[in-house]
Amino acid sequence: MVAATLYDKLWDAHVVRDNADGTSLLYIDRHLVHEVTSPQAFEGMRLAGRRPWRVAANLAVADHNVPTINRAQGIADPVSRLQVETLDRNCAEYEIVEFRLADSRQGIVHVIGPEQGATQPGMTVVCGDSHTSTHGALGALAFGIGTSEVEHVLVTQTLIQSQSKRMLVRVEGQVGAGVSAKDMALALIGRIGTAGATGYAIEFGGAAVRALSMEGRMTLCNMSIEAGARCGLVAVDDVTIEYMRGRPFAPHGAMWDRAVAYWRTLVSDSDAVFDRVVELDGTEIVPQITWGTSPEMVAPVDARVPDPAAEPDPTRRIGMERALAYMGLEPGVPMTRIRPDKVFIGSCTNSRIEDLRSAAAVVQGRRVADTIKLALVVPGSGLVKRQAEDEGLDRIFQAAGFEWREPGCSMCLAMNADRLQPGERCASTSNRNFEGRQGHGGRTHLLSPAMAAAAAITGHFVDVRKL
Amino acid sequence: MQPLIRVEGIVAPIDRANVDTDAIIPKQFLKSIKRTGFGPNLFDEWRYLDHGEPGQDCAQRPKNPEFVLNQPRYQDASILLARRNFGCGSSREHAPWALKDYGFRVLIAPSFAEIFYNNCTKNGILPVVLSEEAVEQLFREVTASTGYTLEVDLPSQSVTTSAGEVFSFEIDTFRKQALLDGLDEIGLTLQHAAEIQAYEARRRRETPWLFQTPDT
Repeated sequence: MVAATLYDKLWDAHVVRDNADGTSLLYIDRHLVHEVTSPQAFEGMRLAGRRPWRVAANLAVADHNVPTINRAQGIADPVSRLQVETLDRNCAEYEIVEFRLADSRQGIVHVIGPEQGATQPGMTVVCGDSHTSTHGALGALAFGIGTSEVEHVLVTQTLIQSQSKRMLVRVEGQVGAGVSAKDMALALIGRIGTAGATGYAIEFGGAAVRALSMEGRMTLCNMSIEAGARCGLVAVDDVTIEYMRGRPFAPHGAMWDRAVAYWRTLVSDSDAVFDRVVELDGTEIVPQITWGTSPEMVAPVDARVPDPAAEPDPTRRIGMERALAYMGLEPGVPMTRIRPDKVFIGSCTNSRIEDLRSAAAVVQGRRVADTIKLALVVPGSGLVKRQAEDEGLDRIFQAAGFEWREPGCSMCLAMNADRLQPGERCASTSNRNFEGRQGHGGRTHLLSPAMAAAAAITGHFVDVRKL
Repeated sequence: MQPLIRVEGIVAPIDRANVDTDAIIPKQFLKSIKRTGFGPNLFDEWRYLDHGEPGQDCAQRPKNPEFVLNQPRYQDASILLARRNFGCGSSREHAPWALKDYGFRVLIAPSFAEIFYNNCTKNGILPVVLSEEAVEQLFREVTASTGYTLEVDLPSQSVTTSAGEVFSFEIDTFRKQALLDGLDEIGLTLQHAAEIQAYEARRRRETPWLFQTPDT
């Protein structure tokens, strides 16, 4: 048998038919649905007189638009409210399972999928959201799609796809204390760029990746799209299987044993060939912070803001100059001298229990600096929130001056009321530092939860390992 | 979908790399539940001097005179010339909807983000990948001459300048045919319904846990 990568195994298991033009019809096991990218798909399906192919393959939740305070009062913004109500109506009409706003299981779609066991090893998982790559951490082939494809999946349970090339990102050498999966992801993007993995599926491997918890692996796979890859993957191991055990949608009883036996095969063969291999040394990775308006504009915390004059490529140089002007930064300034106005801990990248624990560990017994206007913690789901409260994390955050909110995408993309004002600077555990991403004129610095917590305490960026 | 065969039109240049879909259509406009009407908010943050919100009369808003689409010479452009990694970030199909609604039918760049590229071809927009050198040359030419046009021909996979210079481009067979015919992909896939059912029947035997549903 020809040696196969994990990607090949997942692909081959889902091919319904190979088309003459080189594309394949790929079966989709799980379709996650949220309020922003689905209304036009439901409408298109309805107008064409079609119906969902397999209702039970879908799971829906509203997350992008939802308020993180005063939930009982509903959604104040009428445009947001209509979008969420449209999702409710569509799911009710077609009997699709939806976790509504009042449901304790509601949360960010990429948090609740794994949390419920609704996304599993060996599945194909899609969602009208680019961060669907997150679910690849479970050994699933998971990628973001547009609304036309949302409709295609709803109606046919398939997608017409072409194979990606295979990239192995191998991180050998354990990362040090205070260095997280977020830092690994940012270091990778800094190395290969935001288009570095365009056209590839990334498999993350190596000792440092195997040592990560599921939460850490999800953070890593989540950021694959920021390197240009539609999907990220981590091979199944004991960590994966233990994570799946007992989750509501996961198999039980005898079916569990059958599933586990299959899941154990979801690893790349030892002699499998990748189209490209990128190696990182985990021992050399230090906490990372972005300084610009693209995730590839990133530097170690102990570095200085780079000088565009030193950049030989003219397009890149102009991009750097524009980014520094937008960010209100001068070349040569130490990263640790930059002072955020707001701190956001949350998003599908970093809102899981482990993220909140690592931030709380830094915050414990300390106070948010007076210069910080707002420090927010937005748990990824109602269940993450409850677990954090059971562990007392909410009290640690609130005692320090953080606000403790209801779950949702929140200030990652500022579709709800949580946003930056023009010129405000934010230490954010989210995934994109694009212009205006967190609010018109807002300035975003991406970093890990522990680093964000440290910035909240000191009022400036600081190496959390030295705090 | 509206078929796309040949486009000849004014070229507008967006001279920056890594233009993300948040820039193409900012998040506040994603609250719409329709597919149309995004054109006036295309590149909203760069195009207007005030902060845009859904429901405004954009004709009354202060425009940024520096922004390329506000310059008279680029009015009625149907071809957008861009830099590498155009359309990166969010998978929002509202980005191609906004470009199409504005009037763009062809995008030319050295590279596109993958999800965005795919979304374009499902909405009658042709993304053309040319070499960095060719794109650089087109940027020089378009900024040097007002009223600069290109002719883009999908059947022959070529971009022709008014001086007659021809650049050819690659596109996969499936996407080319879908654009040329304005195909209903869902209708095409449903022709294979029996194969999908056969696949499902096999998977129900081999991996039955995937078809179990918990009580919710």
